[in-house]
Amino acid sequence: MRAYSILFILVFMTTVNAGAQKFITKTGHIKFYSASPLEKIEAHNRQVNSALDLATGGFVFKVLMKSFEFEKALMQEHFNENYVESDKYPSAAFVGKVTNIKDVNTEKDGVYDANIEGKLTMHGITKDIREKGTFEMKQGKLIGKAKFNLAVADYNIKIPGTVSNNISKTIEVTVDITLDKANM
Amino acid sequence: MNNKILILLAVACSMFVSSVYAQDDLMAMMEKDQKPTIDYTTATFKTTRIVIGQSIELPPQGNLLFLISHHFGAINTGYENLFGLKQINIRLGLEYGLTDWLGFGAGVNTDKNTWDGFVKVKILRQSKGARKMPITLDLFGNTAIYTTKWDYPDRTNYFSSRLTYAFQVMIARKFGNSLSLQITPSYVHKNIVPTSADKNDIFTLGGGGRIKVSQRVSINAEYHHIFSGLVVSTKVYDSFSLGVDIETGGHVFQLFLTNSYGEYEETFLTDTRGKWSNGDIFLGFNISRMFTIVKPKLPKE
Repeated sequence: MRAYSILFILVFMTTVNAGAQKFITKTGHIKFYSASPLEKIEAHNRQVNSALDLATGGFVFKVLMKSFEFEKALMQEHFNENYVESDKYPSAAFVGKVTNIKDVNTEKDGVYDANIEGKLTMHGITKDIREKGTFEMKQGKLIGKAKFNLAVADYNIKIPGTVSNNISKTIEVTVDITLDKANM
Repeated sequence: MNNKILILLAVACSMFVSSVYAQDDLMAMMEKDQKPTIDYTTATFKTTRIVIGQSIELPPQGNLLFLISHHFGAINTGYENLFGLKQINIRLGLEYGLTDWLGFGAGVNTDKNTWDGFVKVKILRQSKGARKMPITLDLFGNTAIYTTKWDYPDRTNYFSSRLTYAFQVMIARKFGNSLSLQITPSYVHKNIVPTSADKNDIFTLGGGGRIKVSQRVSINAEYHHIFSGLVVSTKVYDSFSLGVDIETGGHVFQLFLTNSYGEYEETFLTDTRGKWSNGDIFLGFNISRMFTIVKPKLPKE
């Protein structure tokens, strides 16, 4: 009997957890930047989906590759067509955790360091990543920022020799998202 | 004893469930009111030509395409003519994408100093997602004017005698990543023709396609059938071209063999005089370079 009541409490707690405070956005910003001797290429995606669960630290991202906008239309076409193969792999996603979520005090405005780790899937390849970022609590909104490098080869994205001077082998990724409290 | 095991099991289960499901819930919550977007098909062909004729592609909005087309002489003219390399027919052209669905262009041909101008409109655009459209459909119209001395000096010539027109409907579909096909019915009007037996209105039915052999290289073919009884005073053949597209950054190289010497629609559709089986084949290439004239507005950080 006691077992059943504990089981009940645990199940109940799990449900409560799921209902705990969450933050969400559909208009986050991710920037790709490639600096090579010949050409600087940047792309912006302003339709980034992201959600954060304050109770568990669960943190997810999803972006459509075709929503990256480039300065030159041809770059955008080549990005989708030749490099990330958007028809085959339409989106990239991150599923992970803010491991020190307890340090983020949403009751008080301020900037908090965040340790983020999880799995990043892009171009059909999943890699573990561990990066540092910040969360800034400001007027009820949570602003998340991070900057890190990705090696394109890790995601099996091939850069042919003819353009190897135009495209860098590591891409700088800048994440800038403003999360709102989710209406549960 | 049994109870303890049960409790442990329950704790383990709930921990596992909460840690795994947390992110799945988050994903589900995040994607809940996601509006489906229209996913337009891009890069059905690498450039605005399949081989020698128009493809459904337009230069992207605000982009200028500089296209150099080059046909050498017939290969069967032998060593004396260096298998055609001593003879050239060139077209220099510019094409501009005013919007994603409207483009125009102009070119000059060394063949009778002919200038041509065209407009291309994209009516339907292949897409999936929120809007499903199986094909892309373009309309194309051009006017060409030759500027050398009159073709028929003994006739009464008007300015309009110099003009020819071509209209095309292009219907294309990209099947997956590597295969694209296009059907192109064409209509050519010539204000003046050599004999009264020749028709002023000429119809052809053609098309083409490409198969990608790598991300940057494709094999392309194009064919136009001319209906019989329309051009009778000269022996003309169906136009057939076979080529390879090689893309390097901002350039696309198209290297091909064709039995059409002409480089604008009126000539290769209605005046293809080479016959493949006779070796009346012309080596040719197109080089295109894209220039961004109007940059899309990227929001500043």
